[in-house]
Amino acid sequence: MMTTTNTEQIGLIDRISGPVVQASNMLGSKLYDVARVGEEKLVGEIIRLTGDLATIQVYENTEGLTPGEPVHLTNAPLSVELGPGLMRQIFDGIQRPLPVIREVSGDFIARGIEIPGLDHKKLWDFAPNLKVGDKVVGGDILGEIPETPTVDFKLMVPPNIQGKLEFIAQRGDYTVDDLSATVVTPTGDKVDLQFYHRWPVRQPRPYHLRLPSSIPLITGQRIFDTIAPIAKGGTGAIPGGFGTGKTVSQHQLAKWSDAKIVVYVGCGERGNEMTDVLREFPKLVDPYTGGPLMDRTVLIANTSNMPVAAREASVYTGITLAEFFRDMGYDVAMMADSTSRWAEAMREISGRLEEMPGEESFPAYLASRIAEYYERAGRVLTIGSKPREASITVVGAISPPGGDFSEPVTQNTLRIVKVFWALSKDLASRRHFPAIDYLLSYTLYWAALEDYYSDNVSPEFPELRAEALALLQKDKELQDIVALVGPDALPPSEKIILETARMLKEDFLQQNAFHETDSFCSLEKQYLMLKTILRFYEKAQDLYRRGAIVSDIFEHELVVRIARMKYIERSEIETSLNELIKEIDGLTIQAFGVED
Amino acid sequence: MTAQEKYETREFKTVTEVSGPLMFVDLQGMGGVSYGEIAEIITTTGERRRGQVLDVSENLAVIQCFEGTSGLETKDTVCRFLGETMKLGVSSEMLGRVFNGRGEAIDGGGDIVPDKILDITGSPINPSARQYPKEFIETGISTIDTLLTLVRGQKLPLFSGSGLPHNMLAAQIARQAKVLGTEEDFAVIFSAMGITADEARFFRDDFEQTGALDKVVLFLNLADDPAIERLLTPRLALTAAEHLAYDHDYHVLVILTDITAYAESLREVAAARSEVPSRRGYPGYMYSDFSTIYERAGRIHGRKGSITQIPILTLPNYDITHPVPDLTGYITEGQVFVDIGLNRKGLYPPINPLPSLSRLMKDTIGQGSTRSDHQYVQDQLYSLYATGKDLRDLVAVVGDESLSDIDKKTLEFADLFEQKFINQDYHEDRSIFKSLDIGWELLGTFDDPYRVLKRIPSEIIDKFHPAKRDKNVDFNTVNI
Repeated sequence: MMTTTNTEQIGLIDRISGPVVQASNMLGSKLYDVARVGEEKLVGEIIRLTGDLATIQVYENTEGLTPGEPVHLTNAPLSVELGPGLMRQIFDGIQRPLPVIREVSGDFIARGIEIPGLDHKKLWDFAPNLKVGDKVVGGDILGEIPETPTVDFKLMVPPNIQGKLEFIAQRGDYTVDDLSATVVTPTGDKVDLQFYHRWPVRQPRPYHLRLPSSIPLITGQRIFDTIAPIAKGGTGAIPGGFGTGKTVSQHQLAKWSDAKIVVYVGCGERGNEMTDVLREFPKLVDPYTGGPLMDRTVLIANTSNMPVAAREASVYTGITLAEFFRDMGYDVAMMADSTSRWAEAMREISGRLEEMPGEESFPAYLASRIAEYYERAGRVLTIGSKPREASITVVGAISPPGGDFSEPVTQNTLRIVKVFWALSKDLASRRHFPAIDYLLSYTLYWAALEDYYSDNVSPEFPELRAEALALLQKDKELQDIVALVGPDALPPSEKIILETARMLKEDFLQQNAFHETDSFCSLEKQYLMLKTILRFYEKAQDLYRRGAIVSDIFEHELVVRIARMKYIERSEIETSLNELIKEIDGLTIQAFGVED
Repeated sequence: MTAQEKYETREFKTVTEVSGPLMFVDLQGMGGVSYGEIAEIITTTGERRRGQVLDVSENLAVIQCFEGTSGLETKDTVCRFLGETMKLGVSSEMLGRVFNGRGEAIDGGGDIVPDKILDITGSPINPSARQYPKEFIETGISTIDTLLTLVRGQKLPLFSGSGLPHNMLAAQIARQAKVLGTEEDFAVIFSAMGITADEARFFRDDFEQTGALDKVVLFLNLADDPAIERLLTPRLALTAAEHLAYDHDYHVLVILTDITAYAESLREVAAARSEVPSRRGYPGYMYSDFSTIYERAGRIHGRKGSITQIPILTLPNYDITHPVPDLTGYITEGQVFVDIGLNRKGLYPPINPLPSLSRLMKDTIGQGSTRSDHQYVQDQLYSLYATGKDLRDLVAVVGDESLSDIDKKTLEFADLFEQKFINQDYHEDRSIFKSLDIGWELLGTFDDPYRVLKRIPSEIIDKFHPAKRDKNVDFNTVNI
């Protein structure tokens, strides 16, 4: 985490105003360097320099600080420790492991605790890939450590280092502080590498090349995968008022998306929600590997009552960890819940700095900060002599005040992200969950992903999706008419559309996150469910044309079975649904009391 | 001068400005005053008041005066810095006592002898130390128990408005709340912020009548008490609550009323400091400030006690998008919406289940805790009531001729639901089983249960439907 405190150069506290502290005698310090503030050495970051005055945002509660107390410089920016031992861990916003904080300070978080991000005592079983004399560049994999049953840690040469290996550790058990390799650079310098390195959180880690996003991140959620899919390496936003299910949606993504690594940042949200993740994830089984979900998850928790400045840092800590795993060659999904709290933290600090406010008193640089952050997502070729394809997908929740999407955080985010999953209070109040507005939401990745669906799911899929969307759109128009004149005024063919749209909404789009089977829905199942409903629609139109009464058609026993499709077990999907489709095709007009 | 020497100089007679709730003190370059430190202000008449440092440098301290600034002047007012942040002496003797909004006993019983002296800001609970709340609290109110289950360690606010009976509701919850099958120590902490003396008396009388007064601690900041003091009151109440819960194993229910008045005090201080306002003049950090109150609810691994919060908010103009309920809703684990429409119909408690929510409910209810049909009954009642309300709107426009038989039945159901399920007496304590059975009675009015009650699996219908129930089975138990 932080480098050890250099006590040679000491500033003095001048003024304290909430989380913002001004210190004098700070000549020589650099912007965004970490400073340790006061006798208790609270962690802070320099955010403004004027002459010998430095303004510091402090990541801990500043109550009790007094002007005249010392400020120690560390001459290093806010950094994280990158090495084995990140998986399954829960950190605070500046990478201090919360369980260790608990051992030190008890059930409540005390101030001024200095704990490294990684466990420096634990031994790791390292197996080298390279040998002495090999040429290496930044990003090359020196060797591997089986970190969890599902994730292999790949020890990489840190970026910006290259040369010839003079030493590499043999197979054996090492702590992160041990020497892993010595590289002789082309200029003849020797660089000793440990099993971890530090990286400043505000600086994106380099990659070789950006790749187009053409593979979907499969989430197992029908509304996402079928209606508005996100690509691996893509960016998405979920805005919604409270009670619309932002957090449940984020949790569902963290649980079921087919990323190899999940970084979940709880940024300024409820403490109990993080507890829920901690309690639930170790019990849940990863549908792709069969191991516990926790084995591929890193949590960062900066709950709403924890200091506001650390909340600002937490999303950067999260994305830096995500980049580190990306560099190993993994597909990483990062969830940030919620980016509004991050923006509010910026607003609070900006207000304390007495900066000229922008819209709704957010700082004028809000838009550029949001853009910079989402730009750290992407599908890339990593650095290294053998580049790997890897990606970071970022999904940010937004908590717009009053559920009003016209506010600055939502608007500035929508200018950047390519997937918009709009949560609707109206749907939530109807208990239509996930309460994602299927008409308002959009994805800009469909054109790039269409081929994937045709090739890997079914050539029919794009067509079925288009038909379903058209029906839902038509339904919306018809509902407006019904609200004015009642359902009786519609012709039977349009009643069929209403009924089919109801099936799409209730039996397809609604998905029970808390139901064992329904919580995750494979692409194949999504396809077959959609196909079944639309097949029934065609059949209904046909039966009606041949004389059947619409209400009779939709009271048929098959409709009840369609409603139960979502609860069909994984192993029976194909047989059950193909059987159902066959029965729909076999429906005869005689069954509805009409002679052909 | 060393920092140590600076600490010696603690008394200043150099007030330079008094403005709104703030007082500015020139420290004459001597510094030594800490951020958040408590100051004692001695007026020219010898009256002592307290304030807290909001901003400090070597030369200037900005102090927010909890007991108001009227009567302060710049010439002879003395400001003495006490060298500590705001603290409260706590002890289990506090039970049954009444304190003012700054923690002084006002019931004539003298000061308490503290076991401990605690900082009132508290520290954040480490998320990895939290225990997920999942113990069902039976309030005896059908709408809450069945549709919006209250859970031990939850923070569940009442979103109400002027003229609505939220106080009665809160008092009824405090009176009836219990955990099934246990006899554990419970306590109620009542924190009043800016409510009227009448309202405070109502709560006190209600606690007294039920003989619960010796289990209650009252912190009263009334409407005519200093407004800035309200910023302290909930923190004092929660500090006392933490002591009782974590040191004495009490299950504490904290009632905080009225959060809207608290927010106004927050706004007043922010405005006096000429901070850039966020929505409707409230400060941009109101969310963070609220969270330091609400997030003090919870349960901790290895500790017996718990803190459950019921904050009460009066929504200005019943507007749920107002910043106070909006920011509250983002922190609390759901909300109970007290509805003016239901109140006009003469129903009590006028809780509208549709905009209400209890986030912790899903893991709490079910066999062993409530009953195995609970989840399905709540889902079905909710869904039918929502449909019924939609149909009411439709009928108002197009009349009921075009409705199907099921639709007509659903309309009737919505009325029955309000009359028989939502409506209950102020003193009626319904068990969860009774509440669920009333629900079933209403669901039983539909002719074809398997078709209409889509949200209930058929085996649950077979077991619990009034027409199909096995008469020899006891349904008043969590084991079924």
